[in-house]
Amino acid sequence: MADTVQGWSDVSLADTAAPPARKRGLKLFMRQRSTTAVLMCLPLIAIVLGLIIYPAFYSIYLSMLNKAQTHFIGLGNFTFLLSRDTFWMVAEQSTIFALSAVFFKALIGLITAHLVNNLPVKGQRKWRGMLLVPWVIPLALSTLGWWWMFDPTNSAFNYTLRSLGFAGIPWLSDPYWARFSVILVNVWYGAPFFLIMYLAALKSVPEQLYEAASIDGATAWQKFRHITLPMMHNIIAITVLFSLIVTFANFDIVQIMTAGGPRNMTHMFATYSFLLGIRSGDLPLGAATSLFMLPILAVAAVFILRGVRKRGREIG
Amino acid sequence: MLPRTTRRTVLKTAALATAAVITAPYVRGAYAAGKLTLGCWDHWVPGANKALDKLCNEWGEKNKVEVHIDYITSQGEKDKLTAAAEAQAGTGHDIMSHRDWNVRIHQAVLEPLDDVVDGLIKQYGPISPVAEYLAKIKGAWRGVPTTIGSQVKPCCSRFDLYKEHAGLDLLEMFPADEKKWDKAKVAAWNWDAYVTSAQKLFKAGFPVGLPMGQTSDSVDWVGGLFNAYGVVMVDAKDNIKIDSDQTRQAMEIARKIMEVSPPEVYAWDDAGNNRWLISGKGSNIMNPPSAWAVAKRDNPKVAEQCWTHPVPTGPKGRFVGQLPQFYGVWKFSQNKTAAKELLTFISQKDSVAQLVAASVGYDLPSFKSMYDLPTWNTVGPPVGTVYGYPPRGDEQTSIAGAPARSDVGAQIYNQAINTVMIAKFTQGKEKLDDVIKWAEKELEGTLRA
Repeated sequence: MADTVQGWSDVSLADTAAPPARKRGLKLFMRQRSTTAVLMCLPLIAIVLGLIIYPAFYSIYLSMLNKAQTHFIGLGNFTFLLSRDTFWMVAEQSTIFALSAVFFKALIGLITAHLVNNLPVKGQRKWRGMLLVPWVIPLALSTLGWWWMFDPTNSAFNYTLRSLGFAGIPWLSDPYWARFSVILVNVWYGAPFFLIMYLAALKSVPEQLYEAASIDGATAWQKFRHITLPMMHNIIAITVLFSLIVTFANFDIVQIMTAGGPRNMTHMFATYSFLLGIRSGDLPLGAATSLFMLPILAVAAVFILRGVRKRGREIG
Repeated sequence: MLPRTTRRTVLKTAALATAAVITAPYVRGAYAAGKLTLGCWDHWVPGANKALDKLCNEWGEKNKVEVHIDYITSQGEKDKLTAAAEAQAGTGHDIMSHRDWNVRIHQAVLEPLDDVVDGLIKQYGPISPVAEYLAKIKGAWRGVPTTIGSQVKPCCSRFDLYKEHAGLDLLEMFPADEKKWDKAKVAAWNWDAYVTSAQKLFKAGFPVGLPMGQTSDSVDWVGGLFNAYGVVMVDAKDNIKIDSDQTRQAMEIARKIMEVSPPEVYAWDDAGNNRWLISGKGSNIMNPPSAWAVAKRDNPKVAEQCWTHPVPTGPKGRFVGQLPQFYGVWKFSQNKTAAKELLTFISQKDSVAQLVAASVGYDLPSFKSMYDLPTWNTVGPPVGTVYGYPPRGDEQTSIAGAPARSDVGAQIYNQAINTVMIAKFTQGKEKLDDVIKWAEKELEGTLRA
């Protein structure tokens, strides 16, 4: 503060003379709060432009080139993919994976959030911390751990099952078990996100509503059905949308655990795109494969966000 | 006490430093001939990278070039991702190592290296046909076949188990001296004999471990089997030829092998078969000596009983899967002349001998004239265990996807069409005709312009 005062006193008369209008305008512009805000956001805007917007448009451009990237072929890559059985199988698997994983994550998140919410305040923090562990461990690392437990030959789970007298399960070598395994790991990883979101929503429900319902003789289910669920509707919708996007685009779990096998039956759009684009050297076809997620997710986003807006207006 | 750092002192120091750099006189340093950067495949074998470091430093000091090597792992295809990123960006290392099909994938941005490779062929004789198929594109070499990481996948068998349970004396069939091989016994080592021995070993509780996933170890052994029966998926003129009697014969052999294989082979990656052998449960795999080398460390009793020998033969010959690596020089490299000189230097037989020794025989040069290097005769235990690693006798190298033009072959190989066919037929219990129809449709897709 003293420096500032000193600085002002040092200003000569010449300096205090009124600056030209243009300079003054610039000074005023720079002093505006919105200008400062934009300037401070610039690094973030640059990152978004450079690492999200540009790659997105570049991949759209790539997807419209021929294999050698020398000619523009319009929607040729997309129509080619639509004629492939394997692509349709990948589309089916991605849908099964995303829908079932999001459903179970939401269900487990909701149940666990209720359980944690009903714990005494003293022990709640400890449980919250422990339940968040799967979500905070780097995914690649935890998936490797799961892979070791599912290891085709030396699975820890199978070792336990066999020592208890049961037969081992072909976790990763049977296509259907492999699908189950990758969904299981995704649910394990993603459920804590739902838990924390739902827990926050539960805590924001006014206690008086439950008290009033109790006085009216409402059962626990009736309270959940008519108070909790309506109050959480928006957060459930947004969480499901967010998770649907992330789950559809999942790459790490499938790539580490099965790399799309056996018989291509666990491929997702992202892993199939990697196989075609990077491993087989057809970048345009790989880009086209990954872009197939866009319309599916866009349609889901439109419907879910429309519902959220509608409920928002009703509350407002 | 440290002097207080203020904004003025920082600016002053920066200005002085900039001025000093700009006005400093040019002094011819140790690396006056420039800088060369390499993006190299990170070797599996511990310490093998050091041999390349040593060779590059030696060459760099002699030629006054600063050589910098970045080792990039192939785990998760990071090396391929890096190469793809550099190719798209038009900037990066001067020399980049490319596994299997990557030279073809990046051919448009790779410098022709005919002067280097033709010179080496003049010096050392014929080069591996697989290396030529992968790196000589439209008459021009776009990569130099390198010793580092190049491999074939012959049989690595437990000779004790084969003798005890299958009645085959592998040491007598394939002693560590090709001249002593009995032609009749070698000829009798065919795919039918392999199936019979695999059935006996399965009954004894030591099944063979041939993977049926979608990674290179799976694709390579099946590629060798298909070639041995004369299966052509797509020929050099883009004709789809998968619907043939040869395909049906080879598929039948594969079915018999899968019947006596552990069910988990469908989920194995490239390490699955290694672990199977090292664990002591398996009797045979098709792999470079890395499995034996790890067994030497982790389960020495198994390593002592391992013997590397040629793959079985079929009606069209004995084909072992080969997976060469290459060094490519980007067109945007800043120091192409130095890059070519370095590649020539590390391809000389003396350099190759050091690389092979450092990798305990894992690295395989692309010149048959170099198969007499001492490492393969001397490492053990047992001594001579990897003598049969370089293709010897009538064993020829092959790669799944050939003879289709290489951009089609790359897709056949990387999408593992051959192993998916077998998995559909054996694990999925699909009819053979349906499987062949599926393969035809997939192959049709690979021919897309």
